Amino acid sequence: MILLRRKLIDLLAMLFASAATLFGLFWLVWILWTTLAEGAAAITPALFTQMTPPPGETGGLLNAFYGSAVMILLALLIGTPVGIAAGTYLAEHGRYSRIAGVVRFLNDILLSAPSIVIGLFVYEVAVRPMGHFSGFAGALALAMILLPVVVRTSDEALRLVPDPIREAAFALGIPRWRVTMRILYKSALSAILTGVLLGLARIAGETAPLLFTALNNQFWSANVNAPLANVPVVIFQYAMSPYDEWHALAWAGALMLTAFVLGLNLIVRLIARRTAK
Amino acid sequence: MTAHVPATRSRGAVADRAFGLITAGSAWLVLLLLGATALSMAWGGRLAFETFGFKFITSRDWDAVGGSFGALVPIYGTLVTSLIALLIAVPVSIGIALFLTDIAPRWTRGPIGVAIELLAAVPSIIYGMWGLFVFAPFMAAHVEPWLNDHLGGLPIVGVLFTGPAIGIGMLTAGIVLGIMIIPFIAAVARDVFNAVPPSLKEAAVALGSTRWEILSRVTLPYTRSAVIGAIFLGLGRALGETMAVTFVLGNAHDLSLSLLMPSNSIAAAIANEFTEADSELYRSSLIALAFLLFVITFVVLSTAKLLLLRIGRTAKRGRR
Repeated sequence: MILLRRKLIDLLAMLFASAATLFGLFWLVWILWTTLAEGAAAITPALFTQMTPPPGETGGLLNAFYGSAVMILLALLIGTPVGIAAGTYLAEHGRYSRIAGVVRFLNDILLSAPSIVIGLFVYEVAVRPMGHFSGFAGALALAMILLPVVVRTSDEALRLVPDPIREAAFALGIPRWRVTMRILYKSALSAILTGVLLGLARIAGETAPLLFTALNNQFWSANVNAPLANVPVVIFQYAMSPYDEWHALAWAGALMLTAFVLGLNLIVRLIARRTAK
Repeated sequence: MTAHVPATRSRGAVADRAFGLITAGSAWLVLLLLGATALSMAWGGRLAFETFGFKFITSRDWDAVGGSFGALVPIYGTLVTSLIALLIAVPVSIGIALFLTDIAPRWTRGPIGVAIELLAAVPSIIYGMWGLFVFAPFMAAHVEPWLNDHLGGLPIVGVLFTGPAIGIGMLTAGIVLGIMIIPFIAAVARDVFNAVPPSLKEAAVALGSTRWEILSRVTLPYTRSAVIGAIFLGLGRALGETMAVTFVLGNAHDLSLSLLMPSNSIAAAIANEFTEADSELYRSSLIALAFLLFVITFVVLSTAKLLLLRIGRTAKRGRR
């Protein structure tokens, strides 16, 4: 009797765990299906050739795609070298120092910090002194979100490089910085790259930090020192609007964004798995 | 030759020093950025804190025209939506972690794990759009009328579920948040479940335990602090989430007990109102809100991190 009850409880628990997994997958499928169905209907050639339209008219997202690409690229240019350098300090030069432990701890907090607060911070230190919103400020905010991702992955990647490699290089009399630059980075390259690409996927979809930094721009602008159109903020404004044409464009943008981010995630995982084997 | 060698060495030493300084400087930059964020929020919000004092937290006034700001409604909305999110996400995530470590056929664990992780990769604005156009109407048409009819009449808790079935509100926002944080909690929980020493589980199996008994009497007690850490990590995400909540919360500055009523959260209030804030006091009040959010999430995330560090140490000790 007791055995039966124990088995019954076990069965219920296993059923619950399976149901929980289905529950999680159910939302993923529902959200992706909605984005695909609504977005595919709204994708036209005009999406890639025309600018964001005024209310009630059709148009495209060309300026938004361009602005997003510029800001993401700038953020990568700023955030990646700094992130790798900081990761190098944590894994190499300062591996056993007290400060490395503190930085590692706070870096993980920065990793999960609310992105809207980071947007406000960049507003306070960049937008307010400059007196206007700009694509450059947007790139700074994105770089600040990218930074902790790169720091963490390059720290972990470098710590995985076996110590005998370092010892062998030092025994040859190579200066430490050359060991790091020419040997350690090479061994950890694919893992560091994985981190940068995952960070890229993360900042591509960030909306909150761009609201008060890059703002938005309805027209074509290549000037990073002025408000710059970008996909996430356009999606936000258009989705919140009452116009059907804008809703359609928002869905098209949402589909492109989701496909980019999830595609990048899948590719990175596939590569990581292949190199791990 | 003999003169040449020291020259290279000293050049190497200089370069080494420079390289060390650059990397150390970059590491310090991380600390600096975090500190500067806290300071600039405190500095930007000082006008609001000076003007309203402690009443900034306790007052429910949010009057842009009259210039009177109190953060009670956004704070309340943030806490309630995050609490709903945890109520949904915690059992589901632990279920998923259990499924992925003990139940699923081995070959399906990888793909299902990746699918759950993809749920975390979907940009939050997509959750927001889906919430606004698909999920909120669904809630309004099917779930909320049912809640009104069946739970609205109950004593005490009834008031939580009475209200207009408009779909936009704290319940919808909390559910969307819950879905968003499931992958964060589930992924960490799966990893710590996997880190339980096999000998402990094997001992339990040898004593004739069922899988549920292994989970409830071996795995969970052993990983307790890390699982709580994972939950705090999810909570930190939920508290600070902006876009998904902004779409489905309704941006209303009224305090109401009903979960079906529109409300506000700290992050949503900032996202909605900051570019429209026309007075220095208004802007300062929003930055003061950001300061509160930063402090709360900092405390929650540090707690999470400390709890997660502890399991690392116990696991090491166990191996020794």
